[in-house]
Amino acid sequence: MLIGKPPGIPSSEITPQDQYLNRRRFMRSALSTSVAAGAAALGVNRIAEVLSPSVSVLAGTKLETVPSPLTTTGEQLTSLEDITHYNNFYEFGVDKDQPAKNAGLLPIRPWMVRVEGKVKQPRTFDIDDLLKLRPLEDRVYRHRCVEAWSMVIPWVGYSLSEFIHQCDPLPSAKYVQFLSYYDKRVEKWSSESSIFWPYSEGLRMDEAMNPLTLLTFGLYGEVLPNQDGAPVRIVVPWKYGFKSAKSIVAVRFLDKQPPTTWNDQGPNEYGFYSNVNPNVDHPRWSQRTERRIGQPFYAQRRTTLLFNGYGDQVALLYNGMDLRRNF
Amino acid sequence: MKRSTIIAFKTLVWLVCLWPLGRLLWGAVTNNLGADPTATITFATGLATLRILTISLAITPVRRLSPRLNWLIQFRRLLGLFAFFYASLHLLTYIALYAGFDVNAMAADIAKRRYITAGVAAWLLLLPLAATSTSWSIRKLGGARWRNLHKLVYAAAVCGVIHYWWQVKPGVRTPLTITIVLAVLLIARLVFGWMRQRKEHACTA
Repeated sequence: MLIGKPPGIPSSEITPQDQYLNRRRFMRSALSTSVAAGAAALGVNRIAEVLSPSVSVLAGTKLETVPSPLTTTGEQLTSLEDITHYNNFYEFGVDKDQPAKNAGLLPIRPWMVRVEGKVKQPRTFDIDDLLKLRPLEDRVYRHRCVEAWSMVIPWVGYSLSEFIHQCDPLPSAKYVQFLSYYDKRVEKWSSESSIFWPYSEGLRMDEAMNPLTLLTFGLYGEVLPNQDGAPVRIVVPWKYGFKSAKSIVAVRFLDKQPPTTWNDQGPNEYGFYSNVNPNVDHPRWSQRTERRIGQPFYAQRRTTLLFNGYGDQVALLYNGMDLRRNF
Repeated sequence: MKRSTIIAFKTLVWLVCLWPLGRLLWGAVTNNLGADPTATITFATGLATLRILTISLAITPVRRLSPRLNWLIQFRRLLGLFAFFYASLHLLTYIALYAGFDVNAMAADIAKRRYITAGVAAWLLLLPLAATSTSWSIRKLGGARWRNLHKLVYAAAVCGVIHYWWQVKPGVRTPLTITIVLAVLLIARLVFGWMRQRKEHACTA
């Protein structure tokens, strides 16, 4: 019977806006590279710019979201401008304003996330399937960088635990590792630092399963801008920002602690746990206070909270652990 | 060099040296100091200090290249004092915006954090140089003693660059350019000194 079958184009045939925009970007780069250098190329670039204006900063696609009881209330949100123009994303440059300029090159479609390691069956998820796996929730979280600045960000996503259930990890899986996208031809700025790429981060299994840990697809109700880790990233609000890996392409389940990028760079400065903790100083600066982004210079300073204020939900994970040693 | 040309150049040096401060003041007034104004102010004043200090250190080696460049010496004091001015603003930023005028916090920072130790050391090394920058001081101290005292500027510059390196994350290489420039200037200094010694030696032999 055909009763109830909606007329028109099946949803599988509708090109997602991102992909559509990406194709235009591809055309633009094809145009500008194929034409000879000089004034001719400039002219063509301008035409291409008119064809596909500012795709790089905000894809602007609205996401369907539902409210969440896990959202943080009572904080003034950091502006979208600051969230998208003050970024640490070293693959696109070490300066805070570089990712906004350079991350437009990140090829966010097609995008696959590999699941491997201690799982029943390794598999690959398409980003568009991940987006539909669970209802997307609005989750406002405080975001505390190890550099002693902080923001309040309205993320969009669902608990990472929901995704992990789909991955069927084996009982021997004790840790989860996240690997970020890396292609030095695209991310040519990655050589500005002596970091060993790709960017790697990791969590203990119980940390990854905590409902606060967010598999994140958007912010401010729209898909993630590239510089904020498009098309999918991790957000762990009680840990310093660098624990929240961006633009992930692989999730690995492991029986032992994975190597992680900043921990490898400076083991005495960046611990594996890196829980926000005002009582454990960074060797080079105090973590007692933080500077709230977007406030005037005389009003930025505020007290840093243990576990970034999420102690009620996560302190249990570290019962009996010496947080000074396991910083 | 004509007097009017020197005055024109001095005006230019003043304008260039005041540029970083002007930008910060304009940014503060128009609420346009970036997402993290405290960091913007800290970085701008620190970078201005190192740059102006490095330019002031370049004057003597550049003069040695040709006697016709001798007039450059007239700008060295001005540049040195501007470097000290920005170093003081940088220190004040730390005292006010980071330490919140808390003396205990500052003492702990200086003792515990080596990049702050190096930074404070650099400022303390510049302090006597700024204090003895007047012509009266040069006369009072005598040329040789004054010159010896002012060799501290090298120590200050080295402390400043170390302060920069110790402050950035491991793996970040942004302080590399200024370090190379400073290293070249210090090596030039050593080479010139060695050449002069050889010349004097040849004369007395």
